[in-house]
Amino acid sequence: MRSTTELDARAGLERLRTYPFQVLTWVGPDGYPVSVAVEAAVDPATGSARFAAPTGLAVPTDREVSLTGSHIRPQPGYGYDERRHVTVWGRVAAADGTLTLAADHAWGWDEAEVPFFEYSERSLPQSRKYFDALSRERGTPVRPKLSFGFLTLRATRLPFLTATIVPVLLGILIAASDGAFDLLTAVLTVVGASFVQLAINVSNDVFDTAQGADDANVTPTQFSGGSRVIQYGLVTFRQMATLATVFFVAAAAVGLVLLALRGSPALLAIGIVGFVVGLGYTAPPLKLVYRGLGEIAVAVGFGPLMLLGAYVVQTGGSLSWEPFVASIPIAVLIALVLYVNEIPDRRGDARAGKRTLPVRFSREAVVTGYRVATIAAYGALVLGVVAGLLPIPALLMLLTVPLALRVERGLRPNYDNPYGLMSVMGVNIRLHLYAGLLLVAAYALVLVAEAVAPGVPLFLGR
Amino acid sequence: MAKLPEPVERLLDAALVGELTVVSPSGRPITYPLIPLFDGDKVYLTSSTLFSRKLEHIAANPRVALSITDPVATGRPDRATLQGDARVIDEDPHGGWERLLPIWEKKEPSIVTFLKARVALPLFFERALIEITPRRVLYWSDGASAAAPVTTLVGTEAA
Repeated sequence: MRSTTELDARAGLERLRTYPFQVLTWVGPDGYPVSVAVEAAVDPATGSARFAAPTGLAVPTDREVSLTGSHIRPQPGYGYDERRHVTVWGRVAAADGTLTLAADHAWGWDEAEVPFFEYSERSLPQSRKYFDALSRERGTPVRPKLSFGFLTLRATRLPFLTATIVPVLLGILIAASDGAFDLLTAVLTVVGASFVQLAINVSNDVFDTAQGADDANVTPTQFSGGSRVIQYGLVTFRQMATLATVFFVAAAAVGLVLLALRGSPALLAIGIVGFVVGLGYTAPPLKLVYRGLGEIAVAVGFGPLMLLGAYVVQTGGSLSWEPFVASIPIAVLIALVLYVNEIPDRRGDARAGKRTLPVRFSREAVVTGYRVATIAAYGALVLGVVAGLLPIPALLMLLTVPLALRVERGLRPNYDNPYGLMSVMGVNIRLHLYAGLLLVAAYALVLVAEAVAPGVPLFLGR
Repeated sequence: MAKLPEPVERLLDAALVGELTVVSPSGRPITYPLIPLFDGDKVYLTSSTLFSRKLEHIAANPRVALSITDPVATGRPDRATLQGDARVIDEDPHGGWERLLPIWEKKEPSIVTFLKARVALPLFFERALIEITPRRVLYWSDGASAAAPVTTLVGTEAA
């Protein structure tokens, strides 16, 4: 991993000469540092910087001194930006009132080159070292903290529950439109499916940490790179593993209750496949996401499995093509959420041997893949309506096409800029959410229409 | 503490960034740009645990210097270097530093917004305070080193 701060002398001087003045610093005979502004003539070619000796102060020639340049742009009412600084060390030689520093080494940071968030992530080992030292000093563990609410939000990645809520609600509504609805099991399905996703989210962090993927990632964002609560020392590995187990057990318990209430071979099969895919997503021996199968696993898990699972709970086990076809666009769009979120993680993933699709393929192939997949999602929707398998109001989902186009347009220019890609990832997540909610709205319309105007044709060819 | 010269207090109040220099175990000066915070008595800086090597250096050797100038904020070119003894205050890295938040906010108003969203970057807000007790101040009214600085002893140094 490259260092963000260490520079060789020449690189340091190249940067130092861009500053209008420098701060010369040395340690005085009384042990206190002394700093004074100088205007140095910096020459990277000779590895030196020359400046007038400051008046009234004796600059030592028998020890290292430094020249520092620093810049910040004030932003009134906000703070600042454009942070950068560099320090070059060396010894000075004095001649005729002039001092010449022979540069030896340097360090610096420029947020235009290494964004602050990446700089912070690269500095995690220093934070761990500091807390370890504090813990030793006090004889009790001292750890970073977050409020319980924030910690829960972060550790479980709660906002991503939309990936579960959308297909489960859709499955329940499709079943209701077929005349099957039971409130208790509907609620239990939402709760159980949410536990499944929380278990997957948390276990994903556990296994990614165990396999080094999250530690290797120095460009996580709000949407990618895992929760990082273990890396930040907010929660221990053991605590996260326990939490994942609790969620899996809770999900299994709700699943068993649903089996007891509305048991069917179909529900049992969906539950078993869901458990295998969910745990095997990152866990050995399957490690699906490490083998480039993460998108398929997510598509299957958060598409047909969630949607059909919710549907068969309501119908008592009977299946039909309608919920399966409805799950296809949802499956593709949620897989694309993962697909895009993997783009900023790809370097860290590659280091950890996580062979995701953005790791395997070129930028062009990944962007083309996005386009093809979104066309497939909308194509499946339209074909489903034309074939009379989906209701005509399902075409409302086409309102989200502009969002898909925004994502596709944003991928290429931000491909190598994790923080620029954040807004694109946000739009992509909204695309899945809005598309799913529009399908939910479509089925709500179907239910209303069936209630107030039975016989109105809502499916082509029926 | 004996009072700092008035122009230096004005600089401390106005300067967005100062250069803190600490001394490494090998005797090398290491300089970090930080926001100086002045409560009318002591000079403070804060450091995230992410960038806490400076705190280790201070714990090993409390002798530091803080160099400040801010012609943009003050409209003046003057510069001061405060030499003094630093103390790291980290009894509560999570929230202990927040007592200086009102002073920090005056220089960086957005910090309060960032703090409300500390879930996004929790370790940035695990911080220690660096309290500097000045002993000596070097002051250049025109900021240039062509003239000798005016030296003022403060604190125990002045006694």
